[in-house]
Amino acid sequence: MIPPTFDYLVPATLPEAIALLHEHGDEAKVLAGGHSLIPAMRLRFAEPSHLIDISHIPGLDYIREEGGFLKIGTMAREVVLEDLPWISERYPLLVDTTKMIADPQVRNLATVGGNLAHGDPANDHPATMLAYRAEIEIIGASGARTVPIDEFFTDFFTTALEHGEILSEIRIPIPPALSGGCYLKVERKVGDYAAAAVAVQLSLAADGSIEQAGIGLTNVAALPTRAVNAEKALRGQQPSDALFAHVGELAADASSPADDLRGSAEYKLTLIRELTQRALRRSVERAQGRS
Amino acid sequence: MIMCKTSKEIGGMGHSLKRKEDARFIRGLGKYTDDVQLPGMLYMDIARSPFAYAKIKSIDKSVAMEIPGVLAVITGEDLKQYNLHWMPTLMSDTQMVLPTDTVMYQAQEVAAVIATDRYIAADAVQALENSIEYDSMKPIIDPHKALDADAPLLRPDKDGKTDNHIWHWQTGDEEATEKAFSEAEVVVKEQVYIPRIHVASIETCGCVASYEKAEGKLTVWMTTQAPHAIRTVIALVAGHVGLSEERIRIISPDIGGGFGGKVPVYPGYVIAIAASFLIGKPVKWIEDRSENLQADSFARDYHMTVELASTKEGKMTGLRIKTLADHGYTDAAANPSKFPSGLFSIVTGSYDIPTAFTEMDAVYTNKPPGGVAYRCSFRVTEAVHAIERITDVLAQKLGRDPADLRFQNFIQKDQFPYRSALGWEYDSGDYAPALRMAMDMVGYEELRKEQAEKRARGELMGIGISSFTEIVGAGPSKDFDILGIKMFDSAEVRIHPTGKAIARFGTKSQGQGHETTYAQILAEELGIPAMHIQIEEGDTDTAPYGLGTYASRSTPTAGAAAAKAAHKIRDKARKIAAYLLEVSEEDLEWEPGKFFVKGAPERSKTIQDIAFAAYTNHPQGMEAGLEATHYYDPPNLTFPFGSYICVMDIDPKTAEMKIRRFVAIDDCGNIINPMIVTGQIHGGLAMGIAPAMYEELIYDDDGNILNGTFMDYLLPTSVETPNWETGHTITPSPHHPLGAKGVAESPTVGAPPAVANAVVDALSHLGVTHVDIPVTPFKVWQILKEKGVIS
Amino acid sequence: MSKHSITIEINGESFTREVDSRKLLIHFLRDDLALTGTHIGCDTSSCGACTILLNGKSIKACTFFAVQANNQKIETIEGVEQGGQLHPLQEGFHQEHGLQCGFCTPGMIMRGKELLEKNPNPTEEEIRWGISGNLCRCTGYSNIIKSIQYAANKLNEKQEEAA
Repeated sequence: MIPPTFDYLVPATLPEAIALLHEHGDEAKVLAGGHSLIPAMRLRFAEPSHLIDISHIPGLDYIREEGGFLKIGTMAREVVLEDLPWISERYPLLVDTTKMIADPQVRNLATVGGNLAHGDPANDHPATMLAYRAEIEIIGASGARTVPIDEFFTDFFTTALEHGEILSEIRIPIPPALSGGCYLKVERKVGDYAAAAVAVQLSLAADGSIEQAGIGLTNVAALPTRAVNAEKALRGQQPSDALFAHVGELAADASSPADDLRGSAEYKLTLIRELTQRALRRSVERAQGRS
Repeated sequence: MIMCKTSKEIGGMGHSLKRKEDARFIRGLGKYTDDVQLPGMLYMDIARSPFAYAKIKSIDKSVAMEIPGVLAVITGEDLKQYNLHWMPTLMSDTQMVLPTDTVMYQAQEVAAVIATDRYIAADAVQALENSIEYDSMKPIIDPHKALDADAPLLRPDKDGKTDNHIWHWQTGDEEATEKAFSEAEVVVKEQVYIPRIHVASIETCGCVASYEKAEGKLTVWMTTQAPHAIRTVIALVAGHVGLSEERIRIISPDIGGGFGGKVPVYPGYVIAIAASFLIGKPVKWIEDRSENLQADSFARDYHMTVELASTKEGKMTGLRIKTLADHGYTDAAANPSKFPSGLFSIVTGSYDIPTAFTEMDAVYTNKPPGGVAYRCSFRVTEAVHAIERITDVLAQKLGRDPADLRFQNFIQKDQFPYRSALGWEYDSGDYAPALRMAMDMVGYEELRKEQAEKRARGELMGIGISSFTEIVGAGPSKDFDILGIKMFDSAEVRIHPTGKAIARFGTKSQGQGHETTYAQILAEELGIPAMHIQIEEGDTDTAPYGLGTYASRSTPTAGAAAAKAAHKIRDKARKIAAYLLEVSEEDLEWEPGKFFVKGAPERSKTIQDIAFAAYTNHPQGMEAGLEATHYYDPPNLTFPFGSYICVMDIDPKTAEMKIRRFVAIDDCGNIINPMIVTGQIHGGLAMGIAPAMYEELIYDDDGNILNGTFMDYLLPTSVETPNWETGHTITPSPHHPLGAKGVAESPTVGAPPAVANAVVDALSHLGVTHVDIPVTPFKVWQILKEKGVIS
Repeated sequence: MSKHSITIEINGESFTREVDSRKLLIHFLRDDLALTGTHIGCDTSSCGACTILLNGKSIKACTFFAVQANNQKIETIEGVEQGGQLHPLQEGFHQEHGLQCGFCTPGMIMRGKELLEKNPNPTEEEIRWGISGNLCRCTGYSNIIKSIQYAANKLNEKQEEAA
């Protein structure tokens, strides 16, 4: 209930924040939205020596399209995705996802950047960013580097972020015309982590066949998971229920969920199979402008 | 349509008066226990056991004591010096306040820290927990193993105990029931398990204990539903250290939900009191949610084998139930003392069953002690779940519509008062109209058609009925006591010279709206506007003695006491009125708020006139004042009842479930405030579907609790909760002065079987006859997989 | 630094205090400033009883350090009634019996305030999703939804009158 003691620092710029991380070593942590970190601290699962609050640094909370990408600054709060009508129109997968995260109060503070940086395969945005084939910009002492999403999650609760680096921007390639996406999540109640969830982002060719497809899976393995073979099976194909059923099987094959309080691994595989098909159907509808 | 005898201005029974207590709550000015701040107040926090069963090897206080701001570390050894390390439970078992050698469940209190600040106390608890060494042992978690030959003896502290059996209890005619079963044309049998759950009121438990040395007086603000009983227990338990009952004051301030979870005496209260007594400063202890879920008393945990015998035409001929009750490491149930399994014997329910027999065996396990009520009178949820489930099982076996089978077996209106096969005299009831009303409201026949069509297409929907009879209002003194204290309740009513009033009660609201409803009862009986009647509860220095609020007992007992006290006041008022009007008492008639002369109604005196006269112009030889106290001994319990129908849709591919509709028809006799009654029903229904679909305390084989926080102990939000459709029938209680019965727990009792029955109904064509609650999507998925519906 | 001087505007009044970095905003409000109207119902940020407004946004005060609120504006339940006038939400909860024990009520009202400011005409479903971060045990939620709808109607009437 009560967190342990720590020192609290408020840098004015990102370089200052990075310098502080280096100065104070491994036990110094970035505080952004705080809704993964502070709950862990209250239960004393995390006991950082220093919290470096980047939420007062100006200019980190942008959301804009630029240079072929939707660029989301690290401090962009989840709620902004829900509130911007043009995001709902052009990035339905993103909005579907954000709405499934926790509850309204949490979404007012939690950041998209934080949801990814935490490295938790049960968080919702990782699968979505996989589906979007996003890129992550990381800033460290020696400058900025870009990491493709497929290289960002490296292990259970571990990302490509080294100590002293801060996730600064998420870049989603602007989807072409005739694109659609969908996030479907089965949870025990509102606000829970997923028993299983599927993120689909696809685009159609002029003849209605599936040109590109991205499928990300939530909470089915130690890492956020891309259903590679499922994606491959869609390319060039005309949408059909039989195709989707087959792709659902491939998505389940890519998953290795665990037994837990939400249910058995087999139960979750059923969900993956079914949710993949439903997400595909919905994504195609949206791509065809029929949503 | 409720006909009110009083005007809206007076606001007696039947008016939906807005609540008087709202004024402080909507402004954030409620005063709950954690809001109490006293000068010099210290904070207490508790170090808890990580093991379910372990010997304590050593406790090193020094690391915690070194932290600046830590004043004391209290262990079982410290309390032992004052013989306070054990205390009695409400069922006359014993419970550790703090252990001296063995811990009996995970999260059990092991030692307490007293510090100047709650943050320092938390640091000290962490240090202390790291400094306690244990030898862990293999715990007993499965109650079925508690009586194995090689099971460890969990309670060697109990003289002469050689096993983990606590008690055996039975009632009914074993032989006649055996005969009925052996002769029966049809018998159905199911294992019905109702798992452990937790009331989880939004406010956790806690207290501020303040012992003032100079006066030798102890004041404790406490989250308790029964302040007087607590005071007496403390006086008995701690009398030997000098705490004497007239110098103990328990204040139950505003309480953020009770539901039975705030009835027991938790070790935290006793330690805080001991700490304040020894240090001479106020000590605050407020538990975290995790502590609340993991250590406080649970509810339910009954393993029942339920059998129902019937003719092939569907007439029930016998009921037999054998139960294994898991009480954790001590029987800390909150039941009347002669009823170790509460009022479970209501289990023949709404049906005219000629013979029944029920027996239970309670055992010890390495889990938290209990069980408390979770908003359900005493073990009535378990009983109603058993009978309503088995009734549906019978219907399924016979190929009968479950509504039809119920109509066939209902106790008929002309059979009341009805003596059940297990010994209860039901005061009044009229079950068929309630079920009919529910069926009409939900559109039952159309839903059955829809179900058939959906089934043909492979879609799943279920309709579940529950027609329950509740038993509340404990209770008549000949049978009911808690630790020997009889379960009467009380009202003390005083009218002021200007015709306003104050009334105090032995009950204690935790949200039930007593400040309004008691005022309405008095408004009904005295004609003084409810808005002019101040209601107080919860301060043992001023309130008359009572047994508190739980088990829906307030209206049946204290509400009746209010009416009786009002009648005493009216008797005196009549004398004063006769004196003022210079007539004899027999010449006067009463209408709410005034006495008038028969045949000359313009000659009258209002209650306000009379009140003023009581202090300024009363007859010679009469005492001044206009007040009365009444301790009401109810002649019987009351028997609210109802019929609920749940319509459930199940996704055949993912097994996700959604309650499409929930119709609840309740009969709680005469209604005091319809708005408040409906609110209670909504809340009870939410706490009915919650255990049916979401809540369960889960332990692994080592006694580790797997879901001891709100992350995994699932309370439904507004999204999971359906829109409630409610209605009423009114069958007054013939023995209650107001004809009222009590209502708040009926929905928690009646709803779970409606939900379970709906799910089984949705799957019955696959051959499913029973599913235990909570019915989760995972459980349903397992069934669909097993039956080949999901490949 | 583990002790900080912070200045926070709460219900229009400025407070400057010294606090430990780790002091949660909920404890700062309740213990340091005796604003006990905001409540604590859990320890995993699950129940919403601690909901307040930070710069107009509803947040859980139990998952926020007081130091993070330095130079920010906070509104708690104590500040909702203005000049002796109840806010339509407070009226709504009273008229529609949206509270019983009252413990979740301040959190519900503060959440309701932001909800209605962003969405003055919410559907029932939007209200249900809108308060999904606030747990109640007593009311079964139906009357809470009615209370918020009452307030929405009242606020819209006022808007029309003002126009």
